[in-house]
Amino acid sequence: MGPPVKPEDDGEVRAGALNSSAHAYLNSVLSPGSPSVAALPDRFADWFAGRGWTPRPHQLALLAHARDKRDALLIAPTGAGKTLAGFLPSLIELAEAQETGEGLHTIYVSPLKALAVDVARNLTAPVEEMGLPIRIEGRTGDTPAGRRKRQKQRPPDMLLTTPEQLALLIGDPGAGRLFETVRRVVVDELHALAPTKRGDQLALALARIRALAPELVTVGLSATVRAPAELRRWLVDPRRGAPLAELVEITGGAAPDISVHETDERLPWSGHGGRHAMAEIYEAIRRHKTTLIFANTRAQAELTFQELWRINEDTLPIALHHGSLDVGQRRKVEAAMAEGRLKAIVATSTLDLGIDWGDVDLVVHMGSPKGASRLLQRTGRANHRLDEPSKAIIVPANRFEVLECEAARDAALDGEQDAEATKPGGLDVLAQHVLGVACGTPFDEDALFEEVTSTAPYEGLDRETFGDVVQFVATGGYVLKSYDRFAKIRRNADGLWRVSNPAIAQAWRMNVGTIIEASTLKVKMGRVRRTAAGAVNPAGYGGRVIGEIEEYFVETMTPGDTFMFGGEILKYEALIENEIYVSRSASEEPKVPTYVGGRMPLTTGVAARVRAILDDPSQWSRLPTQTREWLGFQQERSVIPDRARLLVETFPKAGKYFLVAYPFEGRLAHQTLGMLLTRRLERAHARPLGFVASDHALAIWGLSDMSAMVAGGLLSLDALFDEDMLGDDLEAWLAESSLMKRTFRNCAIIAGLIERNVIGAKRKTGRQVTMSTDLIYDVLRRHEPDHVLLRAAYADAARGLIDLWRVADFLKRVRDHIEHRPLDRVSPLAVPILLEVGREPVYGAAQDALLREAAETLVEEAMGPLPGTKGGGPPGFRSSR
Amino acid sequence: MILSALLRADEIEPTLSVCGVALVAHPAGALYDPASGALVVADLHLEKGSSFARRGQMLPPYDTATTLGRLARLVDVYRPRAVIALGDSFHDRGGPARLTEADRSALAALQRGRDWIWISGNHDPEPPAGCGGEASAEATLGSLTLRHEPSKGARQGEVAGHLHPVAKIAVRGRGLRRRCFATDGARIVLPAFGAYAGGLNVRDAAFGGLFAPGALTAWMLGETGVYAIAGGALRPD
Repeated sequence: MGPPVKPEDDGEVRAGALNSSAHAYLNSVLSPGSPSVAALPDRFADWFAGRGWTPRPHQLALLAHARDKRDALLIAPTGAGKTLAGFLPSLIELAEAQETGEGLHTIYVSPLKALAVDVARNLTAPVEEMGLPIRIEGRTGDTPAGRRKRQKQRPPDMLLTTPEQLALLIGDPGAGRLFETVRRVVVDELHALAPTKRGDQLALALARIRALAPELVTVGLSATVRAPAELRRWLVDPRRGAPLAELVEITGGAAPDISVHETDERLPWSGHGGRHAMAEIYEAIRRHKTTLIFANTRAQAELTFQELWRINEDTLPIALHHGSLDVGQRRKVEAAMAEGRLKAIVATSTLDLGIDWGDVDLVVHMGSPKGASRLLQRTGRANHRLDEPSKAIIVPANRFEVLECEAARDAALDGEQDAEATKPGGLDVLAQHVLGVACGTPFDEDALFEEVTSTAPYEGLDRETFGDVVQFVATGGYVLKSYDRFAKIRRNADGLWRVSNPAIAQAWRMNVGTIIEASTLKVKMGRVRRTAAGAVNPAGYGGRVIGEIEEYFVETMTPGDTFMFGGEILKYEALIENEIYVSRSASEEPKVPTYVGGRMPLTTGVAARVRAILDDPSQWSRLPTQTREWLGFQQERSVIPDRARLLVETFPKAGKYFLVAYPFEGRLAHQTLGMLLTRRLERAHARPLGFVASDHALAIWGLSDMSAMVAGGLLSLDALFDEDMLGDDLEAWLAESSLMKRTFRNCAIIAGLIERNVIGAKRKTGRQVTMSTDLIYDVLRRHEPDHVLLRAAYADAARGLIDLWRVADFLKRVRDHIEHRPLDRVSPLAVPILLEVGREPVYGAAQDALLREAAETLVEEAMGPLPGTKGGGPPGFRSSR
Repeated sequence: MILSALLRADEIEPTLSVCGVALVAHPAGALYDPASGALVVADLHLEKGSSFARRGQMLPPYDTATTLGRLARLVDVYRPRAVIALGDSFHDRGGPARLTEADRSALAALQRGRDWIWISGNHDPEPPAGCGGEASAEATLGSLTLRHEPSKGARQGEVAGHLHPVAKIAVRGRGLRRRCFATDGARIVLPAFGAYAGGLNVRDAAFGGLFAPGALTAWMLGETGVYAIAGGALRPD
């Protein structure tokens, strides 16, 4: 038997080296009468044959669709060789053309710069080997200005780029000339792009290119998704015929081998470290060629990395990769991985997409993957041989997570995909696009409306809202028309909108894009010196920058605190300007244990399966003994939540009274629910003190005995969970919600209300921007609560940070289906959520309580009671914890 | 989560002492001098929104109305004999001309029956034309001197603005950043009052040398009260 089949990213199969199971696979997909090598022009057929390769069925199918000028979507598992399939039609067309150099022919768009670069490299080989006169160039944010200019004057045949660069080209006065020759746009990783704001931006750009290039055909490349029809719609303009793109799908291949890690160690009650499993993970790394270890948060990645090195007696090359690390360091890790020099990488979602590494043969998932699609895609990063199973191990970090991991595994093995969050396109993105269009060419408002509503994200947009967006772009769109004389775009006598002056266009160019980074600070190795006057200065020139860290994390630390970063325990020395100075610490345990980053809420699909496992004790046999015992205790002392009803427990604990509900709707929805329920409990005189939310449950505590209130008819749980909480209560909460302010800030930046980058100005720090958008939010909300930008922010928050849709669906489902259990003490199922108490953020008016506390305790400690302060804190305040 | 239910309903307006003069600090960010009946506010930055709009950033054009509305509520509370604006009352020189008619009459109504002093600032070095009141580079209030920009070095009895002080503290592992009055008992710097005015941390170098070592107290503005935090507890940004 020959060596196993190993299709590379460019998709060829070494036909001469097929083993038997690969033959079986190919035979199964090659139905009789399938197109064959004969479908290729001679030059390509020879090239394939010369290397002993055979074109694959999906490559030929895409070719056939391209010949018929039909838009197409290719769905294939990771590593099945999508990319060459996407390019083959363009290569053939260009090879057959009488002359090349006739202008831009094909645009390839990828969400990752690195992918564009990698694809350029992979394409160059066949083009050179076949001697094709095709010029291929990349264009990213890193491309030198000179080359970018030249690309506009003398475009390559193929341009490999990102959505942001495409948006910039749309807003170029030469856009018409540049795009009129384009025949094909290939969108890679469409499943990842389409549900995002970058996807909205790209859809709008595609509509614009279609208007300029009548011959345009699109090709989408995607991983397996739940609803291919949505992506097929995304790729077409229904005004031009077909309502959906053609579908080419590679199915089959071996089912993945996913197991849930079992341990003889004690499984923790809560937490996400997974420390108990490290020795066994280390063993697995040793036994495999290359292991990819995914963590849900950077904190978890840091911890895993550190724990593995603590026991790394063989000094195996194990590396760390996450978004906060310095870019240079990340590139080094990626290069080492590509060269096969690493035994394992611990990573976050930064490695979810990107260049495929052929040698990975094991994926370890730390903690619950939270969703089936993520688990499948990450598992697909291991072993790109279609005939052999990809192997993954999920490591539950606590007792409850075992259930989630089992549920996610079931869902993945059943081939279930998470529901894509299809959502209407963002009005903020549309505003950025409208200004961009005006910067490129004067536009007619009605024609642009038709163009915009031909895209999938904006097909439901009404004319009036579109008009509001245009007015917003022009003058801010306020009822008070005081900015007409400062308009950014104006409608001239010919009825066309034009940009008012070149400075507006220049400012737009500097602010294109929809990715808003959290404001971060550089982490720098270096000692500091404190002067007698209390000033802090760097001692010497300071050391190297090792990465960036979110500002809000730094805010929680005091100089001297230790934390984990880049696989080391660091001591926070000082913050000087926009850099935090740190030194290596000798301590074993970091004082500040975690920082959040990229935590994903549990998907509905996996949540439903967790409920199903709970509800069906016959399935418990596959759970570890510790988890089984725990559920048994729950059965005895309370009840197991079933699928149809919402279980609500009330019980006293440590002088306070708790209400715990188990909606299984994910952390974000629970947080929103917690905010709204506490407001209502306050009105019902239950005197709530606080709440905490996890992915499964929600706990509220207060001073009144809620069991007694329900028994005495003073509190109705049906009324408490009534859908009407989404009215005034929601409205009142949003007014002060920091989540809403953060969402508004992002919309304001994307829509161009606030400029991130100002011409000729020193780059503003994120802090100043945060300050001013909060002030703007307060003013706008009071004066124009229906302003288009507030609508945009509300829509984002409802789908995002406050997950309103899920809350609404949930409330509808549980109406009159609440099962109340008054208990005399905490239930076993409530233990994990109660262990989370004290880790949650604080919002709005509650900050006054913290201010008062600080004023009292800090001042009294430092200098005794100050004259002028009247009174002390509210009774019981300190005991609220 | 600690809920608003725990907040007491009564507002806290502490009296603080600057160079021996007792002044009332209001959570909106104004100082009231009961002895003279003067209300002092700093850095109104009126028409900042329209100033940005000129350069293409169409901020909501309601900042002037918001700021004047806030000021009107204070005027209702204290019925001051005089209002003193400590400079940077307008965001730029063209500000007074861009006032809407409604805002212009709201301002006139506030000025009726009392003295109104526009102290000049770096954003508004000239008296605001057509906006009533009298203009001055400085003013005195008993033993206190009122000016826009704090003088370098220690000053007894100076009341100034310009720096937009904010203070930051960490409580229970959380950072809180609020506008504040910054004082060492000898002088005081007022927080910016304008709806769109940002802030500068009192630990910034710009505040260096203004206060006697170790004597700084930041009176931080909450929603309903003003809270004294000793300098040692204040954190840089």
